[in-house]
Amino acid sequence: MKYKSQKVAYWFFALSMLLFGLQIVYGFIMGFAHAGFDGLHDVIPFNTARAVHTNLLVVWLLSGFMGAAYYIIPEEAQRELVSVKLAYVQLISLAVVGVVAIVGYHFNYWEGRKFLEIPRPLDYLVVANVLLFLGLILTTLYKGKRRTTTALVLTMGLVFAALLYLPGMLPFDSQVMDSFFRWWVVHLWVEGVWELIMGGILSFLLIKLTGVDREVIEKWLYVIVGLTFLSGVLGTGHHYYYIGVNKIWLIVGGIFSALEPLAFLAMALFAVNMYRKGEKKHPNKLALYWTLGAAIVSFIGAGLLGFAHTLPQTNLYTHGTLVTAMHGHLAFWGAYAMIVLAIISYSLPNITGRKLYQSTRGRMAFWMSNIGIIGMTVAFGVAGVVQVYLERKLKMEFMDVQKEIEIHFVVLIICATLFFLGIILYMIDFYKHGRPTDEALEAAATE
Amino acid sequence: MLSKKQARAFFLGGTVVTFLIFIGLTVYSFSKPQDQSNYENITESVVRGKKLWESNNCMGCHTILGEGAYYAPELTKVIERRGVGYIRAVLMTPVDWEPNGRKMVAYGFSKEEADDLIAFFDWIDDVDLNGFETVVSPLAKDKN
Repeated sequence: MKYKSQKVAYWFFALSMLLFGLQIVYGFIMGFAHAGFDGLHDVIPFNTARAVHTNLLVVWLLSGFMGAAYYIIPEEAQRELVSVKLAYVQLISLAVVGVVAIVGYHFNYWEGRKFLEIPRPLDYLVVANVLLFLGLILTTLYKGKRRTTTALVLTMGLVFAALLYLPGMLPFDSQVMDSFFRWWVVHLWVEGVWELIMGGILSFLLIKLTGVDREVIEKWLYVIVGLTFLSGVLGTGHHYYYIGVNKIWLIVGGIFSALEPLAFLAMALFAVNMYRKGEKKHPNKLALYWTLGAAIVSFIGAGLLGFAHTLPQTNLYTHGTLVTAMHGHLAFWGAYAMIVLAIISYSLPNITGRKLYQSTRGRMAFWMSNIGIIGMTVAFGVAGVVQVYLERKLKMEFMDVQKEIEIHFVVLIICATLFFLGIILYMIDFYKHGRPTDEALEAAATE
Repeated sequence: MLSKKQARAFFLGGTVVTFLIFIGLTVYSFSKPQDQSNYENITESVVRGKKLWESNNCMGCHTILGEGAYYAPELTKVIERRGVGYIRAVLMTPVDWEPNGRKMVAYGFSKEEADDLIAFFDWIDDVDLNGFETVVSPLAKDKN
């Protein structure tokens, strides 16, 4: 840590941790309901648990990205944040909007549109919050001593993410159009601009951890985000195959979706090669685990498992089944959750001055959570494939099929328990680092 | 060897070109001759049905047009599969509907509200889904 204002990142990360834990709890409620144990139905019906689970994911990841930006931008721009006070205002308002939305979901206060359930009045608060955040980041960058590619790519990702929130607020009478433009937000976020954010964070971490020349890392960063957009933008078409729009999307979506894994492969190769090339042996091995892990697991989860069902011929049968949940879980984990955990693992010792990166607990957290989520992905995959065959090929009734696949949710719950234990260990590690201190700044200055 | 400047040009150029194509294809899809979304048949009742669909987050359990959660049945072509009477009963019942033990929240809709939701499902059934309807409709299934 070189600048005092970077400390604000800690509180965004702390909020992330809290919401992440809660997200997993709601995941368990859904897992149990699928396995046939829906004892909480009267208090938290499935649609409430589902909205809370996915929205908490979005909010904790955004909070993590914002924390990452508050940590990275001052260091890249070589100056303090323009206003720490306003950053705290932004943090508190983010937490308030998030909590109000989540509580509202328990009282039928929502807009039932998958991933964008936040009701319209709260949408305006989200916009105000994000504008404040962007204002702080952009002004800091503008007034900074230098503008690096890493900072620009990260900021560009954040600005585009904000802009792309807007199509989701357009009102439509047609369910088809509603769905069409909802993907402008959801797909172009996760398979587009969020990857700029991921790329920016990844590049920052690789520069710090491997010691490879910034120019080399940033050149490849451009290539990777270029590949991402080249494939990802028109790859949106894979959501348009069977929702009531023109057949042209079958061709466009099919071709460009098939290219999407290449962008993720490039990202994985890039990270591994930079690590091999690096002369510097940074002592924070945990951060390196999470960084390389993010690049590799995102290739498997987002790239390969995405491709497993984006060909139109396959998607005709898998569209709207648990196969999507299989891909969704490993993709979000690899691409976004792991990169947020990576930047936390890297920055926390620097913010708090406590260098706990040799701990067995940290390594256990990494392996348990990863093995757990891979098991969960397999369980979802088996349930999904069985569902596709029984329901869509053998024409069995929906609920008869659900009874057949209940057992896979028992497996899912067991694997999710392992995953959760890993995350709890990560949280304990986070807690043990203690609060941010200015002494950490002095220590960094003398290094 | 590729320079940083060339890499940046690749990123910016590629992004602009693909975005322009994407917007062009969007306009093309919804242009009158290409539109297959059954837009002209949206009635006030369908719109009210869609609002009910959203305000109760039906998509939080069901799927429609293949989108939503995977806890409850796909509702595209539901009228063909179940008939209007069954659907109205599910929507209006004051106690939890429990097919095979899996519960649905008892919404207790009025008859008018139930009819609006049915109008919405009916409208959905006439959208051209590029063949997806053959996967979820029992009548089309028999032809397979």
